Amino acid sequence: MKRRDFLYFSGLGAAGSILPGFTTMGNIIRPEQALEPGIDVAQKKRLADVALNAARSKGATYTDVRIGRYLNQFVVTREEKVENIVNTESFGMGIRVIANGSWGFAATDQLDNDSIAKAAAMAVSIAKENARLLKEPVQLAPQKGYGEVSWKTPIEKNAFEVPIKEKVDLLLGVSDAAMKAGANYITSLLFLVNEQKYFASTDGSYIEQDIHRIWPAFFITKIDAATGKFETRNSLSAPSGMGYEYLSAKPQDKIKSVTTLYKKSYDMLEDARLAGAQAGEKLKAKSVEPGKYDLILDPSHLWLTIHESVGHPTELDRVLGYEANFAGTSFLTLDKWQTKKFNFGNKLVNIKADRLQPGSLGAMGYDDEGVKCGQWDLIKDGVLVNYQVIRDQAHILGLNASQGCCYADSWSSVQFQRMPNVSLQPGREKKSIDDLIKGVEKGIYIIGDGSFSIDQQRYNFQFGGQLFYEIKNGKIAGMLKDVAYQSNTQEFWNSCAGIADESDYRLGGAFGDGKGQPMQSNAVSHGSATTHFKNVNVINTARKIG
Amino acid sequence: MPLLTQDQARELLKKVLAYSKADECEVNISFGQNANIRYARNAVSTSGSIGQSSLVVSSAYGKKLGIATINEFDDASLEKVVRRSEELAQLAPENPEYMPMLGPQQYAASSKTWDEGTAAIDAKYRADAVEQSLKISKDSGLTAAGFLEDSRGFSAMMNSKGLFAYNTNTRVNFNVTVRTEDGKGSGYASKGFTDVSKLDVAAATSVAAQKAKGSAEARAIEPGKYTVILEPAAAIVLLENLLYSMDARSADEGRSFLSKPGGTTRLGEKLMDERVTIYSDPQNPELPTAPWNGDGRPQEKVTWIDKGSIRNLPYSRFWAQKKGVKAVPFPDGFIMEGGSQSLEQLIAGTEKGVLVTRLWYIREVDPQSLLLTGLTRDGTFYIENGKIKFPIKNFRFNESPVIMLNNLDALGIPQRTVSGESNSHALIPPMRIRDFTFSSLSDAV
Repeated sequence: MKRRDFLYFSGLGAAGSILPGFTTMGNIIRPEQALEPGIDVAQKKRLADVALNAARSKGATYTDVRIGRYLNQFVVTREEKVENIVNTESFGMGIRVIANGSWGFAATDQLDNDSIAKAAAMAVSIAKENARLLKEPVQLAPQKGYGEVSWKTPIEKNAFEVPIKEKVDLLLGVSDAAMKAGANYITSLLFLVNEQKYFASTDGSYIEQDIHRIWPAFFITKIDAATGKFETRNSLSAPSGMGYEYLSAKPQDKIKSVTTLYKKSYDMLEDARLAGAQAGEKLKAKSVEPGKYDLILDPSHLWLTIHESVGHPTELDRVLGYEANFAGTSFLTLDKWQTKKFNFGNKLVNIKADRLQPGSLGAMGYDDEGVKCGQWDLIKDGVLVNYQVIRDQAHILGLNASQGCCYADSWSSVQFQRMPNVSLQPGREKKSIDDLIKGVEKGIYIIGDGSFSIDQQRYNFQFGGQLFYEIKNGKIAGMLKDVAYQSNTQEFWNSCAGIADESDYRLGGAFGDGKGQPMQSNAVSHGSATTHFKNVNVINTARKIG
Repeated sequence: MPLLTQDQARELLKKVLAYSKADECEVNISFGQNANIRYARNAVSTSGSIGQSSLVVSSAYGKKLGIATINEFDDASLEKVVRRSEELAQLAPENPEYMPMLGPQQYAASSKTWDEGTAAIDAKYRADAVEQSLKISKDSGLTAAGFLEDSRGFSAMMNSKGLFAYNTNTRVNFNVTVRTEDGKGSGYASKGFTDVSKLDVAAATSVAAQKAKGSAEARAIEPGKYTVILEPAAAIVLLENLLYSMDARSADEGRSFLSKPGGTTRLGEKLMDERVTIYSDPQNPELPTAPWNGDGRPQEKVTWIDKGSIRNLPYSRFWAQKKGVKAVPFPDGFIMEGGSQSLEQLIAGTEKGVLVTRLWYIREVDPQSLLLTGLTRDGTFYIENGKIKFPIKNFRFNESPVIMLNNLDALGIPQRTVSGESNSHALIPPMRIRDFTFSSLSDAV
């Protein structure tokens, strides 16, 4: 999903029909067509070899081929109406080559031998045309071929197999629950993804992967007609690398706090009921007094702060300047890493990069340049120790292998460095949410993600949320509204004052992390337990117009 | 697929419609060839070209609508996609908001959305353009990262009620960020045109290079309310949020900045300075856009904000019918009237203020007041007594475009500009604004 499409979704509450955006995602198909097997693996290998051989014969010194079948399903309801049920399929091949030391890329949706050979030749000719604009030839970290291997997201129930009627019933039930609880408007959606990817390279890998993701969400509005004020409350679900089992709520996955919080499964009906009532409470809540507060941040909120302030600045392509014109660069420059003592945060702060974590959006067996996925430290005891690296960057850090961070959002997009899951490790001492709240004299407990913005080097950020509760002398003292906090990344992570233990550890995430020109989207999760930050600047966001 | 002429498109669409057995059927076809080259660290990084075509068939039985798409155009595929849309329509739930398809429409003569020169851009042109840009950055001891993208395509639609529409389009966008070697200075320029002969890659890169050199050694000044001069590339990202938040239904439903207590809206109310007039006009020679929108409605000249008052709101066809008003669609681009001053004259007329090159990472903080947040980037300067005095560190702002346009001080000459956030195009003047709210400092360069 490109960022504009993402905005489309985040503006769902206000938008009319949302269909036009879907036609860019592939051909619209019948639901049952998504369950048809697609071409078999032997044929994929044959087609990939056509591309590898064609590129080699034109002078490529390295080639990789991705054959992708990307399936999406959207079920969208608004109040008591079904807005849209759409299934899309996108199928084709992307060919990336190195020729004369330069990258070239071309893609085709016509998979006959002739079209494949033409695309391979075009990729090589682009590489050769651009070689005159190089400073130095591309250096690829060595990568052994794995032969013929495969990997699947470990799902229990393929969401594409669940009848549409069951999904529509669920979403209309969600509408009903929210409206009965006081909501005026609600848009709900189920967004399913299945990436069936085949990768082959001149290193001798032939990798088949079957990746599943699911995102259930709703957006509620509550209006006070007399004053003309309105408030919104979005779902607290986490987009997940799971099947439909994510929607079978298990009691052990519920955490009872001021609202119910969810771990590895989600009770959409319960959250909608609570949200309908909370949107009404928000209308009556006290407008926050600006100033310094301790913040207790729930994982349903903190994932986005981790994403923006840790995930992005540790992307090596940003550090090196490849994103200078758009997404930006990074304050975590190589000299800071080289000192081996740059205190990104205090000693409580341990942050890992990871492409293996079950249930996460970033979990996969191999990345899009055929590198086996793993896990590594980014921030160790508060110190910056590593970045996110792909094959043509590894030599810059003196590494002899990529970390497996290469990803493309379609067969038609060129793969580049994308964020793996980046997660804050839970506290080592036993500590609950209540224990953290008890330790706060003047603070705000924030649940759910809201407005977010950060500068292009990832210093200065501002975040909102969904639910805000005032903490006075260790106790919740009622709801607040108009809250956003501003901080500086290094100052913020050095103000960490306590992290709940692993029994509170949860994932949040996004389908639509945008980077690159043309923009590509990446799906990524961020885990954490509830965390306490001291003395953060809180602003009041209420304004009056007209 | 090649680019079809109007007659070829009409023939193809007629053939598709001939397969239809539904109550109503509508076919949209589009093709785009998009190519790009990207560079960073003073060298090319990635480059590619992709052609994508899509035929979308919408079939309706009563209020049940089914939509299917295909990118193959042989007879068997065309029939298959019509049948699939009909099957999906039979399975679909009835949509209470379904609107019958439009009959034949009158469109204004096609505006100049196509340019032969832009359509002819090839890999060599792109590589040469990057070479020109890199020569400037390298000769100045600076580092450039940039992006050039061009597109050519057509779109057409026809339905069983006799509507037919056709349009061709080309576009080229160029944007570049030039930085000093030590990373202390950064400058940006962005241009976008229908006609590539208006694009001067070297001139744009030179502007970015000057800003990079001029913005090194930035000083910190206190956040607060400042008079600002927003260059068009900075203003567009605020104005597009204003325009695209004007949906009539949201306003009527009570959940927009245009909603009022008691269920009414601010349509007709004066919310901004009387020099603020924003309109859309597909025939404008500087910003030509298609004379029809995706559902077949004509795109006409529409004044959205007239001398500071909200004059028109965009409607979906369903909502317009429900409200008994004309269904004016969202525009494809917008134009803000300006004044006669150049950017230099606006600076010369400023006693104390901040010049802003670009605003970045814009997000809505509160839909009720349209409060937006974001940051300055790639060239922020302090002005005193009509002169740029020194570069300053970047700021985060929290400001509503409604409040901002109420605090309008002066307008310059409109220029075509491209949003660095959404890639959409608009014709916008540089503008001087009083009391623009910067809420904190950023160390980012």
